[in-house]
Amino acid sequence: METVRELPDGLDRVNTAAIEVRGLKMSYGTKEVLRDVGFTVAAGEVIALLGPNGAGKTTTIEIMEGFRAPSAGHVRVLGVEPIRGDERWRARLGVVLQSWRDHGRWRVRELLHHLGRYYEPYAPQSRSPFDADELIAAVGLTEQGEQRVRQLSGGQRRRLDVAIGIVGRPEVLFLDEPTAGFDPQARRDFHDLVHRLSDLDDTTILLTTHDLDEAEKLADRILILAGGRIVADGSPDRLSREFSRDAQVRWSQGGEHFVHATDDATGFVRRLFEQHGEEVGDLEVRRATLEDTYMAIVKREEA
Amino acid sequence: MNPRLHAVRLGLRRGLIEFRHQMTSTQDVFFTVMTTASFVVVLYLQRDATLPGTDLPLAAATLPGMLGMLVPVTSMVGAVGMLSVEREDGTLLRAKAMPQGMVGYLVSRVTSLSLSTVVSVIVMIVAGLFLVDGLTGTGAGGWLTVAWLTLLGLLSSLPLGAIVGSLAANPQAAAGLSMLTVGGLTAVSGIFYPISALAGWMQGVAQIFPLYWLGLGMRSALLPDGAAAAEIGGSWRPVETTLVLVAWAVVGLLAAPPILRRMARRESGSAMQTRRDRAMQRIG
Repeated sequence: METVRELPDGLDRVNTAAIEVRGLKMSYGTKEVLRDVGFTVAAGEVIALLGPNGAGKTTTIEIMEGFRAPSAGHVRVLGVEPIRGDERWRARLGVVLQSWRDHGRWRVRELLHHLGRYYEPYAPQSRSPFDADELIAAVGLTEQGEQRVRQLSGGQRRRLDVAIGIVGRPEVLFLDEPTAGFDPQARRDFHDLVHRLSDLDDTTILLTTHDLDEAEKLADRILILAGGRIVADGSPDRLSREFSRDAQVRWSQGGEHFVHATDDATGFVRRLFEQHGEEVGDLEVRRATLEDTYMAIVKREEA
Repeated sequence: MNPRLHAVRLGLRRGLIEFRHQMTSTQDVFFTVMTTASFVVVLYLQRDATLPGTDLPLAAATLPGMLGMLVPVTSMVGAVGMLSVEREDGTLLRAKAMPQGMVGYLVSRVTSLSLSTVVSVIVMIVAGLFLVDGLTGTGAGGWLTVAWLTLLGLLSSLPLGAIVGSLAANPQAAAGLSMLTVGGLTAVSGIFYPISALAGWMQGVAQIFPLYWLGLGMRSALLPDGAAAAEIGGSWRPVETTLVLVAWAVVGLLAAPPILRRMARRESGSAMQTRRDRAMQRIG
């Protein structure tokens, strides 16, 4: 995915993808967690990484964050091998881990303002760190600005974590289960925030989640990690079509309700009308959801 | 803007903010007050006693020892506790996730721990001025020595605390380890009774560690010159004091960064999660 372009001043500039992973392997002792993981993320893409518990999602993310050295493989984030990434590279990333309980005594605004300042020396004019107040408003914590961090509710705390993750206006943002423990309103607000980051700031976002609905709403592309490999890679729609053509057809006839599963819904409905015509009522055709697809893929992998 | 220098400045700022948090936290203030109060009670109970064989108030001899103990105990136990707790709650990982965050983190910890140590020393001296006869007669040179020893004490204890905090598997182990070290060293340090009363090999052990020398140095600053007769060799041994403390500081400052780096490199979200799960099992 690399294109080398000759610049007028004779320097080679490599336009790399935001994230590039090939042949990634990771073992803990004799336990092989990642066998052969490979994927590419273009700049500005939003990717959801799905997979059953213990599939290695967090390990994969930690390797990309530079927090963990892989056993083998080629990993590049913004063109840099994460484990060797320097502070300038670090300044271009945003990291939101699964759980954080730090800085309980700080006030929300005070903390965001302080942490934002670490990015000042690295920020180009176009990407100066977020103003604390602007950010607090963006994650819906305006009323909590003067509260101490430990007084925040679970969902509020999580939104603060996200705010800290993006305070340096990252080019690549890693979110590990960002919405665990959110109520529906907080979840929706968070989705709006992700859309805004990706639309306005062109942030590349990689998130893990167990909420398939969320993955479908947010992600341009979905990666499914199972058995130590990426077993599916595509838009939610494409995945559904590719992996499961099953659809459910429901209808009523003579006061009775029927359900039929088929991989050719159109043909089935055509025959249904040919045979019964006017008698058919309450027709409903439901394509396999992402959840059905996901379950089918994971089951196949684990079999 | 030099990023590293910028982070050092942010670290100082952060240290001040967190020192303020400590000063306004009932829990922390209570702890400091209790520690100081226990020392003050000892001084108060000794108010009429004299050092055997002299007319020197016993409290006048105890106070310098307490000061000598306060510096390494506050800074070392503080550093161990902070590091082990902040590895578990994610503060350290947060620092790791930010550009130059570890520089800011370390500077802030040195700042806030030094400030709280200095505050404890000042509180103790103020209490001493009221309770201990003769302390008001200490000259500028004596107070300068106290300040210098406090600085040396910080420089030799903070890196040790950082090392112990990095090596301990969890906050409980860290607390146990630091209490054991401090307790053992205090017992043979000659702070609560003259070291010359201890067995020869114990004297030898005590003289390896900073605690004895800090106590000796503080006594040299705050006691009349005649009191040196009760010390090993009948002298304050100022040159040896400085040499031993500087040696500890140099060793600590050389050894701590690679150990801290190794510990920080191993930190990750899942490592933190594993420790937390284990902590929950201990409680549950």
